[in-house]
Amino acid sequence: MIPSLIAFSWLLGQADVPRIWYALPLIVVVSLVYGATRHEYLKEIAIHTFRSGVWVVGFMSIIFAIIYVAGFWN
Amino acid sequence: MTEIIYPQESGDPIVVNLRDPYWAAFLAWLWPGAGHFYQRRFAKGFLFMICVLSTFFFGLALGNARVVYASLESSDFRWQYFCQLGVGAPALPALAQAIVAEDGKDPMWVMCERYPYFDPEVDPDLASKSFAIVDDPDLIAGVKTYKDGFMAKPAGAISQNENDVLGQWHSELKHRFEIGTLYTVIAGLLNLLAIYDAFAGPAILTPQQKEEMEARRKKKKKKQKTSEDSE
Repeated sequence: MIPSLIAFSWLLGQADVPRIWYALPLIVVVSLVYGATRHEYLKEIAIHTFRSGVWVVGFMSIIFAIIYVAGFWN
Repeated sequence: MTEIIYPQESGDPIVVNLRDPYWAAFLAWLWPGAGHFYQRRFAKGFLFMICVLSTFFFGLALGNARVVYASLESSDFRWQYFCQLGVGAPALPALAQAIVAEDGKDPMWVMCERYPYFDPEVDPDLASKSFAIVDDPDLIAGVKTYKDGFMAKPAGAISQNENDVLGQWHSELKHRFEIGTLYTVIAGLLNLLAIYDAFAGPAILTPQQKEEMEARRKKKKKKQKTSEDSE
Protein backbone atom coordinates (compact mmCIF):
# COMPACT_ATOMS: atom_id res chain seq x y z
CA MET A 1 0.00 0.00 0.00
CA ILE A 2 2.76 2.46 0.97
CA PRO A 3 4.81 1.95 -2.26
CA SER A 4 1.67 2.49 -4.36
CA LEU A 5 0.86 5.63 -2.35
CA ILE A 6 4.39 6.94 -2.96
CA ALA A 7 4.26 5.99 -6.66
CA PHE A 8 0.84 7.63 -7.11
CA SER A 9 1.95 10.83 -5.37
CA TRP A 10 5.12 10.83 -7.48
CA LEU A 11 3.19 10.41 -10.75
CA LEU A 12 0.75 13.18 -9.81
CA GLY A 13 3.71 15.41 -8.96
CA GLN A 14 5.09 14.99 -12.48
CA ALA A 15 1.87 16.21 -14.12
CA ASP A 16 1.78 19.79 -15.31
CA VAL A 17 -1.44 21.48 -14.15
CA PRO A 18 -2.56 25.12 -13.79
CA ARG A 19 -1.12 26.55 -10.55
CA ILE A 20 -4.49 27.25 -8.87
CA TRP A 21 -5.16 23.49 -8.68
CA TYR A 22 -2.16 23.00 -6.38
CA ALA A 23 -4.31 24.57 -3.63
CA LEU A 24 -7.00 21.89 -3.81
CA PRO A 25 -5.07 18.88 -2.35
CA LEU A 26 -3.68 21.16 0.37
CA ILE A 27 -7.18 22.34 1.40
CA VAL A 28 -8.42 18.73 1.52
CA VAL A 29 -5.43 17.43 3.49
CA VAL A 30 -5.27 20.33 5.96
CA SER A 31 -9.04 20.09 6.61
CA LEU A 32 -8.83 16.32 7.09
CA VAL A 33 -5.89 16.42 9.51
CA TYR A 34 -7.36 19.34 11.45
CA GLY A 35 -10.70 17.53 11.69
CA ALA A 36 -8.94 14.36 12.84
CA THR A 37 -7.26 16.19 15.71
CA ARG A 38 -10.66 17.41 16.98
CA HIS A 39 -12.60 14.12 16.84
CA GLU A 40 -12.06 10.40 17.29
CA TYR A 41 -14.58 8.84 14.92
CA LEU A 42 -14.63 9.08 11.13
CA LYS A 43 -18.18 10.37 10.80
CA GLU A 44 -17.48 13.40 13.01
CA ILE A 45 -14.09 13.89 11.33
CA ALA A 46 -15.81 13.97 7.91
CA ILE A 47 -18.33 16.59 9.08
CA HIS A 48 -15.59 18.75 10.61
CA THR A 49 -13.47 18.33 7.46
CA PHE A 50 -16.29 19.59 5.28
CA ARG A 51 -16.86 22.61 7.54
CA SER A 52 -13.13 23.44 7.69
CA GLY A 53 -12.85 23.05 3.92
CA VAL A 54 -15.75 25.44 3.31
CA TRP A 55 -14.24 27.92 5.79
CA VAL A 56 -10.80 27.78 4.10
CA VAL A 57 -12.29 28.18 0.60
CA GLY A 58 -14.44 31.08 1.84
CA PHE A 59 -11.47 32.77 3.46
CA MET A 60 -9.36 32.29 0.32
CA SER A 61 -12.19 33.68 -1.83
CA ILE A 62 -12.36 36.83 0.31
CA ILE A 63 -8.57 37.32 0.01
CA PHE A 64 -8.83 36.67 -3.76
CA ALA A 65 -11.62 39.25 -4.08
CA ILE A 66 -9.62 41.86 -2.15
CA ILE A 67 -6.52 41.30 -4.30
CA TYR A 68 -8.61 41.26 -7.48
CA VAL A 69 -10.33 44.54 -6.62
CA ALA A 70 -7.01 46.09 -5.53
CA GLY A 71 -5.72 45.31 -9.03
CA PHE A 72 -8.07 47.95 -10.49
CA TRP A 73 -6.14 50.72 -8.72
CA ASN A 74 -3.05 49.90 -10.76
CA MET B 1 -1.17 3.13 30.22
CA THR B 2 -3.07 6.41 29.82
CA GLU B 3 -6.78 6.41 29.18
CA ILE B 4 -8.83 9.52 28.42
CA ILE B 5 -12.60 9.54 28.80
CA TYR B 6 -14.61 12.19 26.95
CA PRO B 7 -18.14 12.49 28.38
CA GLN B 8 -20.86 12.99 25.75
CA GLU B 9 -24.20 14.79 25.90
CA SER B 10 -25.97 11.60 24.86
CA GLY B 11 -24.79 8.01 24.58
CA ASP B 12 -21.64 6.35 25.82
CA PRO B 13 -18.53 8.42 26.57
CA ILE B 14 -15.63 8.25 24.10
CA VAL B 15 -12.72 6.31 25.58
CA VAL B 16 -9.26 6.78 24.03
CA ASN B 17 -6.45 4.51 25.19
CA LEU B 18 -3.13 6.30 24.55
CA ARG B 19 -1.02 3.38 25.95
CA ASP B 20 2.46 4.92 26.44
CA PRO B 21 1.98 8.51 25.11
CA TYR B 22 5.74 9.26 24.85
CA TRP B 23 6.44 6.12 22.81
CA ALA B 24 3.33 6.79 20.69
CA ALA B 25 4.48 10.35 20.01
CA PHE B 26 7.94 9.12 18.98
CA LEU B 27 6.43 6.51 16.63
CA ALA B 28 4.05 9.14 15.21
CA TRP B 29 7.05 11.31 14.39
CA LEU B 30 9.15 8.45 12.99
CA TRP B 31 6.47 7.32 10.53
CA PRO B 32 3.21 9.28 10.16
CA GLY B 33 0.35 7.21 11.57
CA ALA B 34 2.59 4.67 13.34
CA GLY B 35 1.84 6.13 16.79
CA HIS B 36 -1.90 5.66 16.21
CA PHE B 37 -1.34 2.10 14.98
CA TYR B 38 0.53 1.42 18.23
CA GLN B 39 -2.48 2.79 20.13
CA ARG B 40 -4.74 0.58 17.98
CA ARG B 41 -6.50 3.68 16.57
CA PHE B 42 -6.23 2.23 13.07
CA ALA B 43 -8.71 4.47 11.21
CA LYS B 44 -6.96 7.65 12.34
CA GLY B 45 -3.56 6.04 11.78
CA PHE B 46 -4.43 5.34 8.13
CA LEU B 47 -5.91 8.81 7.72
CA PHE B 48 -2.78 10.55 9.05
CA MET B 49 -0.45 8.27 7.11
CA ILE B 50 -2.23 8.80 3.78
CA CYS B 51 -2.65 12.57 4.26
CA VAL B 52 0.89 13.33 5.48
CA LEU B 53 2.84 10.93 3.26
CA SER B 54 0.95 11.74 0.06
CA THR B 55 1.48 15.48 0.69
CA PHE B 56 5.18 14.95 1.38
CA PHE B 57 5.89 12.71 -1.61
CA PHE B 58 3.76 14.83 -3.94
CA GLY B 59 5.85 17.86 -2.94
CA LEU B 60 9.06 15.89 -3.28
CA ALA B 61 8.01 14.82 -6.79
CA LEU B 62 7.10 18.39 -7.74
CA GLY B 63 10.62 19.45 -6.82
CA ASN B 64 12.29 16.42 -8.47
CA ALA B 65 13.64 15.29 -5.06
CA ARG B 66 15.62 18.53 -4.67
CA VAL B 67 13.29 20.46 -2.34
CA VAL B 68 14.11 18.49 0.81
CA TYR B 69 17.72 19.07 1.83
CA ALA B 70 19.58 20.08 4.97
CA SER B 71 21.97 23.01 4.86
CA LEU B 72 23.09 25.28 7.69
CA GLU B 73 25.44 27.39 5.55
CA SER B 74 24.92 31.12 5.95
CA SER B 75 24.57 31.56 2.18
CA ASP B 76 21.87 28.88 1.99
CA PHE B 77 20.30 28.41 5.40
CA ARG B 78 17.52 25.91 4.71
CA TRP B 79 15.11 26.65 7.59
CA GLN B 80 12.36 24.82 5.74
CA TYR B 81 14.09 21.54 6.55
CA PHE B 82 13.25 21.95 10.25
CA CYS B 83 9.55 21.88 9.27
CA GLN B 84 10.06 19.05 6.76
CA LEU B 85 11.77 17.01 9.49
CA GLY B 86 8.36 16.79 11.20
CA VAL B 87 7.55 13.97 8.74
CA GLY B 88 10.22 11.81 10.41
CA ALA B 89 11.99 8.95 8.60
CA PRO B 90 10.99 10.01 5.04
CA ALA B 91 12.95 13.28 5.53
CA LEU B 92 15.99 11.68 7.20
CA PRO B 93 17.92 10.84 3.96
CA ALA B 94 18.53 14.59 3.67
CA LEU B 95 20.36 14.52 7.00
CA ALA B 96 22.48 11.57 5.84
CA GLN B 97 23.28 13.43 2.61
CA ALA B 98 24.33 16.54 4.55
CA ILE B 99 26.80 14.43 6.55
CA VAL B 100 28.13 12.52 3.51
CA ALA B 101 28.43 15.58 1.25
CA GLU B 102 30.18 17.69 3.86
CA ASP B 103 33.30 19.61 2.68
CA GLY B 104 32.36 19.38 -1.00
CA LYS B 105 32.30 15.58 -1.23
CA ASP B 106 29.97 13.86 -3.70
CA PRO B 107 26.53 12.89 -2.35
CA MET B 108 25.00 9.40 -2.37
CA TRP B 109 22.25 8.38 -4.82
CA VAL B 110 23.44 10.65 -7.66
CA MET B 111 20.59 11.65 -10.02
CA CYS B 112 22.56 13.67 -12.55
CA GLU B 113 25.89 15.42 -13.18
CA ARG B 114 26.28 19.09 -13.97
CA TYR B 115 28.97 21.03 -15.84
CA PRO B 116 31.35 23.09 -13.71
CA TYR B 117 31.47 26.87 -13.94
CA PHE B 118 32.92 28.10 -17.23
CA ASP B 119 34.33 31.61 -17.13
CA PRO B 120 32.83 33.62 -20.05
CA GLU B 121 36.12 35.50 -20.45
CA VAL B 122 38.04 32.25 -20.86
CA ASP B 123 35.53 30.35 -22.99
CA PRO B 124 32.42 32.31 -24.11
CA ASP B 125 31.01 29.29 -25.99
CA LEU B 126 30.96 27.08 -22.93
CA ALA B 127 29.79 29.78 -20.50
CA SER B 128 26.10 29.11 -21.22
CA LYS B 129 26.58 25.50 -20.16
CA SER B 130 27.72 26.40 -16.62
CA PHE B 131 25.79 24.24 -14.09
CA ALA B 132 23.60 22.69 -16.82
CA ILE B 133 23.06 18.90 -16.85
CA VAL B 134 25.92 17.15 -18.67
CA ASP B 135 24.86 16.23 -22.21
CA ASP B 136 28.36 15.76 -23.68
CA PRO B 137 30.63 13.77 -21.34
CA ASP B 138 33.67 14.19 -23.66
CA LEU B 139 33.56 17.93 -23.04
CA ILE B 140 34.46 17.57 -19.40
CA ALA B 141 36.71 14.49 -19.41
CA GLY B 142 38.81 14.54 -16.26
CA VAL B 143 37.08 17.61 -14.83
CA LYS B 144 35.21 17.40 -11.51
CA THR B 145 31.49 17.89 -12.08
CA TYR B 146 28.73 18.92 -9.69
CA LYS B 147 26.40 16.09 -8.75
CA ASP B 148 22.71 16.31 -7.82
CA GLY B 149 21.95 13.68 -5.19
CA PHE B 150 18.54 12.51 -3.94
CA MET B 151 17.67 14.95 -1.09
CA ALA B 152 21.22 16.35 -1.23
CA LYS B 153 22.01 20.04 -0.91
CA PRO B 154 23.09 21.90 -4.06
CA ALA B 155 26.74 21.15 -4.87
CA GLY B 156 29.35 23.88 -4.88
CA ALA B 157 29.36 27.34 -3.40
CA ILE B 158 26.05 29.22 -3.17
CA SER B 159 26.14 32.90 -4.02
CA GLN B 160 23.43 35.55 -3.84
CA ASN B 161 24.94 37.50 -6.74
CA GLU B 162 26.14 34.88 -9.19
CA ASN B 163 24.65 31.79 -10.79
CA ASP B 164 25.11 28.51 -8.96
CA VAL B 165 23.54 25.05 -8.77
CA LEU B 166 20.67 26.29 -6.56
CA GLY B 167 19.91 29.04 -9.08
CA GLN B 168 19.97 26.43 -11.83
CA TRP B 169 17.44 24.30 -9.90
CA HIS B 170 15.09 27.29 -9.64
CA SER B 171 15.57 27.99 -13.34
CA GLU B 172 14.84 24.38 -14.35
CA LEU B 173 11.96 23.65 -11.97
CA LYS B 174 10.38 27.14 -12.10
CA HIS B 175 7.33 27.43 -9.76
CA ARG B 176 7.54 23.71 -8.93
CA PHE B 177 10.53 24.31 -6.63
CA GLU B 178 8.57 26.66 -4.37
CA ILE B 179 5.32 24.68 -4.49
CA GLY B 180 7.21 21.44 -3.78
CA THR B 181 8.89 23.12 -0.81
CA LEU B 182 5.50 24.37 0.42
CA TYR B 183 3.92 20.90 0.19
CA THR B 184 6.77 19.19 2.05
CA VAL B 185 6.82 21.90 4.75
CA ILE B 186 3.04 21.60 5.26
CA ALA B 187 3.34 17.79 5.44
CA GLY B 188 5.89 18.16 8.26
CA LEU B 189 3.73 20.68 10.13
CA LEU B 190 0.60 18.55 9.74
CA ASN B 191 2.45 15.61 11.24
CA LEU B 192 3.13 17.74 14.33
CA LEU B 193 -0.65 17.86 14.82
CA ALA B 194 -0.77 14.08 14.41
CA ILE B 195 2.06 13.68 16.96
CA TYR B 196 0.14 15.82 19.44
CA ASP B 197 -2.99 13.75 18.80
CA ALA B 198 -1.03 10.57 19.55
CA PHE B 199 0.46 12.12 22.69
CA ALA B 200 -2.57 13.83 24.24
CA GLY B 201 -5.61 12.50 22.36
CA PRO B 202 -8.07 14.48 20.24
CA ALA B 203 -9.20 17.92 21.36
CA ILE B 204 -12.85 16.91 21.73
CA LEU B 205 -15.03 19.49 23.43
CA THR B 206 -16.78 18.24 26.56
CA PRO B 207 -20.49 19.17 27.05
CA GLN B 208 -19.37 21.64 29.74
CA GLN B 209 -16.91 23.34 27.35
CA LYS B 210 -19.60 23.47 24.66
CA GLU B 211 -21.98 25.13 27.11
CA GLU B 212 -19.32 27.66 28.11
CA MET B 213 -18.63 28.46 24.44
CA GLU B 214 -22.32 28.88 23.73
CA ALA B 215 -22.72 31.18 26.76
CA ARG B 216 -19.72 33.28 25.62
CA ARG B 217 -21.17 33.54 22.11
CA LYS B 218 -24.55 34.66 23.44
CA LYS B 219 -22.89 37.23 25.72
CA LYS B 220 -20.94 38.64 22.76
CA LYS B 221 -24.09 38.90 20.63
CA LYS B 222 -25.94 40.66 23.45
CA LYS B 223 -23.09 43.14 23.87
CA GLN B 224 -23.08 43.87 20.12
CA LYS B 225 -26.86 44.42 20.14
CA THR B 226 -26.74 46.85 23.07
CA SER B 227 -23.90 48.83 21.48
CA GLU B 228 -25.85 49.02 18.18
CA ASP B 229 -29.00 50.17 20.01
CA SER B 230 -27.11 52.88 21.90
CA GLU B 231 -25.69 54.23 18.62
